[in-house]
Amino acid sequence: MTDADLAPAPSDTTRDRPRFEPTAGERKISLLLRLRRDYPVLLLAIPGMLVVCAFQYYPLWGNVIAFQDYQPYLGVNQSLWSGFENFSIVFNGDPEFLNAVKNTLILTAIQTVIVFPAPIVVALVLHSLLSNRIRQIVQTIIYLPHFMSWVIVVAVFQQVLGGTGMINNWLRSHGYDPIHVIGNAEAFRALLTSQVMWKDTGWATILFLAVLSQIDRSLYEASAADGAGRWRQTWHVTLPGLKPIIILLLILKLGDSLTVGFEQIILQQPAVGIGTSEVLDTYVYNNGIIGGDWGAAAAVGLVKSVVALALVLAANKLAHRLGEEGVYRG
Amino acid sequence: MSAPNHRLGKRQPVLVGGMPMPGRTERVLKAVFLTVICGAVVFPFVGVISTSLASPEEVIRAGGFVLLPTDGIDLSAYKSILSGGTVTQSILVSGFITVVGTTIALLLTCTLGWALSRRGTVGNKPLLLLVLVSLLFNPGLIPSYLVIQQFGLLNSLWAVILPVSVSAFNVIVVRAYFVGLPGEVLDSARIDGASEWKLFWYIGLPLSKAVVAVVGLFYAVGYWNSFFGALLYLSDSSKWPLQLVLRTYVVNGVEIGAQDLGGGSEALPPQTSIQMAILMISIVPILCVYPFVQRHFAKGVLTGAVKG
Repeated sequence: MTDADLAPAPSDTTRDRPRFEPTAGERKISLLLRLRRDYPVLLLAIPGMLVVCAFQYYPLWGNVIAFQDYQPYLGVNQSLWSGFENFSIVFNGDPEFLNAVKNTLILTAIQTVIVFPAPIVVALVLHSLLSNRIRQIVQTIIYLPHFMSWVIVVAVFQQVLGGTGMINNWLRSHGYDPIHVIGNAEAFRALLTSQVMWKDTGWATILFLAVLSQIDRSLYEASAADGAGRWRQTWHVTLPGLKPIIILLLILKLGDSLTVGFEQIILQQPAVGIGTSEVLDTYVYNNGIIGGDWGAAAAVGLVKSVVALALVLAANKLAHRLGEEGVYRG
Repeated sequence: MSAPNHRLGKRQPVLVGGMPMPGRTERVLKAVFLTVICGAVVFPFVGVISTSLASPEEVIRAGGFVLLPTDGIDLSAYKSILSGGTVTQSILVSGFITVVGTTIALLLTCTLGWALSRRGTVGNKPLLLLVLVSLLFNPGLIPSYLVIQQFGLLNSLWAVILPVSVSAFNVIVVRAYFVGLPGEVLDSARIDGASEWKLFWYIGLPLSKAVVAVVGLFYAVGYWNSFFGALLYLSDSSKWPLQLVLRTYVVNGVEIGAQDLGGGSEALPPQTSIQMAILMISIVPILCVYPFVQRHFAKGVLTGAVKG
């Protein structure tokens, strides 16, 4: 899903009307007749729908093990029910669990305050360039890291910042002390943040650039006529134009606030220990799949999903109160 | 750009796109800023390429990392990892996952997108809703694992391929494109007696090459990069894709020995060179594919993203 953040859609909205809108008479055709007419369409839908149901909806059933004393050799059907026992980790505040919550929230805060605004700044600079050619060259370069896997990104960072990496080699050969970043628990959050920024800042500008290109030009001309300089135009025209998309993305981010950099952290966790690196997702993985405490890990995962869903709904409501569009109407 | 009367006394600034021309300081600052971020992206790649190509002596002399090889180019690191053995095996596995996965994913995504684009047919709305709602939540790690286990897919490459073969987002994108196709063409083919499958295969798909290419490239990059699914479900290391091998030998720094390489008994190139060569091999296919993705984004994303 991560690679599918954005993709083209046909530009012409006026053609976006149904070809098969049933007419008044057609509505009365019996279901059987409609089935006979439409079964080839349904046949085409079946394989894809099977995959969606099998791997998106069907697994939801697996959450029942959160209420079980699940034993892999017994399976879901024969494991004993244990009620809410597994949830005691959450409600009684198991220290390791609380640590994972704390780390998750700290990383989310960092990502919202530092990582989130970065592409807005880059997009503003790119948007203000006069040369399309230069803009395209820069875009081509800065989108690239998004297509690298986390394994590649982590490996590249190690080669640059590691003990015998590029930067430390240079520092040593010029008589400075090497820096200790990779495998240093104290620098771990800074490392994660810089990796996320390296990988996705460029890619995230796409969305902001798209919105910037749609801001009505006459607003700029009018403000210039009223004597606004470039800064005042940015403040009074450009940023208000970006407001809806910023709010939309912040809502989505809130829904994702309990999910931070799973693959990225799993890859680097052995080097720094779980003290600063354990987040909720890695907690579920380490305790459930690796540690074998299936029921408890599933309980944590379930609570996380429910809280995340509640957060999205709440944030969307808040956006409506503030007079913004939000993610959906309702 | 007419000058308003009350400002007649002052010289009007030249406007570009409604904004005054940037001053010299601003232009210099922006040039520096963009150079720095582009450098931050390019610099590590150059280092990786250079080290993988540098001669063994030079790598040892530099203490591990070479920014610009001066001794000429040496391909021994690539030869050693491509001569059979763990890395070669994993490249084949990754290639298999990518080719088979992308083919299946495209077929499933396009047929489903096509069916959902036929509004007014039986069950169209409920099916569309099912796909849309699945965007809002993630089934979770442990439930997903249990399902793979129940289907008997543990330790099978299908466990890496199938669960991600229908991305709801891609289905929506493809469907939106199909909805926008000219209805007249499809109607006339229908009158001529073309079956639903023929409409899809001979008319719908050929008219939608652009979106199929973009979605296909998304899937291909996703499969080539697939890491966690493989870590979770594949216990047999002979089935490991390149990303897992990369993790073992490069991220975790496990020493790569002659027995892992399947080559002869000649001296191995330095570990750093081999590591950088593995890294390069995982990057190069993306670099080859990327220009095509990028070209399509330039137009497509702008309209699609804003509407969504």
